[in-house]
Amino acid sequence: MTEQELARKSVDYRRKILKYIVEAKAGHTGGSLSCVDILNVLYNHVLNVGPDNFKSPLRDRYIQSKGHTVEALYVVLADKGFFPESDLMTLCKYGSHYIGHPTRKVNGIEQNTGSLGHGLSLSVGTALAAKLDGLSYRVFTMLGDGELPEGSNWEGALLASHYKLDNLCAIIDNNGLQISGATTDVCNTDPIDRKFEAFGWEVRHVDGHDFGALKETFAALPFTVGKPSLVIAHTVKGRGISYMENQLKWHHGVPNPDQYTHALAELAEAEAVLR
Amino acid sequence: MAEITQNELVTYKANLDVFSGTLQELASTDKTILVVTSDSRGSGKLVPFGQKFPAQMVEIGIAEQNLVGVAAGLASTGKKVFAVSPACFLTARSFEQIKTDVAYSDNPVKLIGISAGVSYGALGSTHHSLHDFAALRAVHNLIIVVPADNFETEQAIRLAAQTEHPIYIRFGKKAMPLLTEDPNRRFEFGKGSVVREGNDLVIIGTGETVYPAVQAARRLETLYGIRSTVVSMHTIKPLDYELLAKVASPGVPIVTVEEHSVYGGLGEACASFLMQNNFHNPFKIMGIPDEYTVTGSQIEIFNHYGLSEEGIAETGLNLVRKTA
Repeated sequence: MTEQELARKSVDYRRKILKYIVEAKAGHTGGSLSCVDILNVLYNHVLNVGPDNFKSPLRDRYIQSKGHTVEALYVVLADKGFFPESDLMTLCKYGSHYIGHPTRKVNGIEQNTGSLGHGLSLSVGTALAAKLDGLSYRVFTMLGDGELPEGSNWEGALLASHYKLDNLCAIIDNNGLQISGATTDVCNTDPIDRKFEAFGWEVRHVDGHDFGALKETFAALPFTVGKPSLVIAHTVKGRGISYMENQLKWHHGVPNPDQYTHALAELAEAEAVLR
Repeated sequence: MAEITQNELVTYKANLDVFSGTLQELASTDKTILVVTSDSRGSGKLVPFGQKFPAQMVEIGIAEQNLVGVAAGLASTGKKVFAVSPACFLTARSFEQIKTDVAYSDNPVKLIGISAGVSYGALGSTHHSLHDFAALRAVHNLIIVVPADNFETEQAIRLAAQTEHPIYIRFGKKAMPLLTEDPNRRFEFGKGSVVREGNDLVIIGTGETVYPAVQAARRLETLYGIRSTVVSMHTIKPLDYELLAKVASPGVPIVTVEEHSVYGGLGEACASFLMQNNFHNPFKIMGIPDEYTVTGSQIEIFNHYGLSEEGIAETGLNLVRKTA
């Protein structure tokens, strides 16, 4: 898929993220908009996974550690045909499987997440299984920068390099904001790259909204044979909607009708440029 | 069911040794079996396993949260994963990983809590697991098994290898006598075992308290002519309600005995069922009271809190006399 095609998809994904969050009157808007371009590139360009091979032991795995931005994942999975997009009209509604965090009751979801700091260990185990069995599948996980203080991440990071899991790629959606404020103010984890490097990882930085750069970065995996790879994706919380960008209140803000109309107009403009 | 005689109480190995031996036997023909440890291969008697099957053992290091998370990831690929760690750390440090990564995500990890209860004795309360039944009973989608003797341990491990359901099994490291040599003995998750029958008193034990319960039953019969039914309630969840209803004859006193806090364990699970189903038997829960235990070996702690032949017999006798 070309970069322009990916860009058009992302506009569509953003439109749908907002649509279903508005419909549900709930959702993690800012973080979904910051990570959706990465998910777009993963599912449309990188991962060897789709509805047809989801039960195959050879499929690539994606485990979303920052489970709260599940709306972005739902929209991408629906686009890939894992389930009818109309299912998302039930998002967060009574009796729906489409809850506010990933669960395996939804086709295409690998693991139930939501409590932060769990995705990396799960991914390490899944990647280790491939090494033990000599299988070629890869494991990708996305963490939020805000969840890095969870100690379990560092337990997982240690073990990943101990077992030389070069089939594992962790991505940090580094949007710089978490629910209480800037990640550097809440609990500063910088320099993330040097910390992971010290834990035995190979680290690359990328603009998390640059489709070409994302493609190029993932094409270079593993960054070093015998080491797990970390992609620090520099992103903008609320990306694509001007009044949401870098605004803390949109962590889980839901647009009112006027704001929603405004957002759709901005997305229409963005789409027009891409035609 | 055969009546137990003194001769049939054969001194045997620790349940921990049986676990290790059974796992080695299973792993020799089933290459999907994987043991995952947190620097616990020595305390888990798994050094021989690691020597024989190095490709089937994964060391995590002392990081129990990671142990359970990684085990869940491994199990998600179809491996039969036994995550082995001291019960105290496995069920407290990694409680959320058990809840979320194993039970909620339905990754069929076999969580093996070694040196459970007060097995670590004088090492103190950091090393005791007296909370695990209570905590884990409230987690949906988890079988909880506490084998009493070598037979139950071996069967539990064999069945665990076959089940595709998340399961927690905990046992101690002290040599445990066989409860019975009955050749027709059977073991099934969720089905308690009646190891002795009598009409005057019911003693329901689990794990390493079943043996002193049997001794207490013998003592009561010898000294007072009181005949007791003794149940090994090896599965704490799902609890064998059918058996509970069967043994809770009207008016017959019931004593439960567990190597666990009196809060939230076997006793309260039994009481909950009985009360909600109109059984009004005199009832006493024996376990560790709400305190950090006295210093001592496992046996000394058992004796201190009455989880002994004498203590259980005394409690049973008092209940029978009060009822009469």
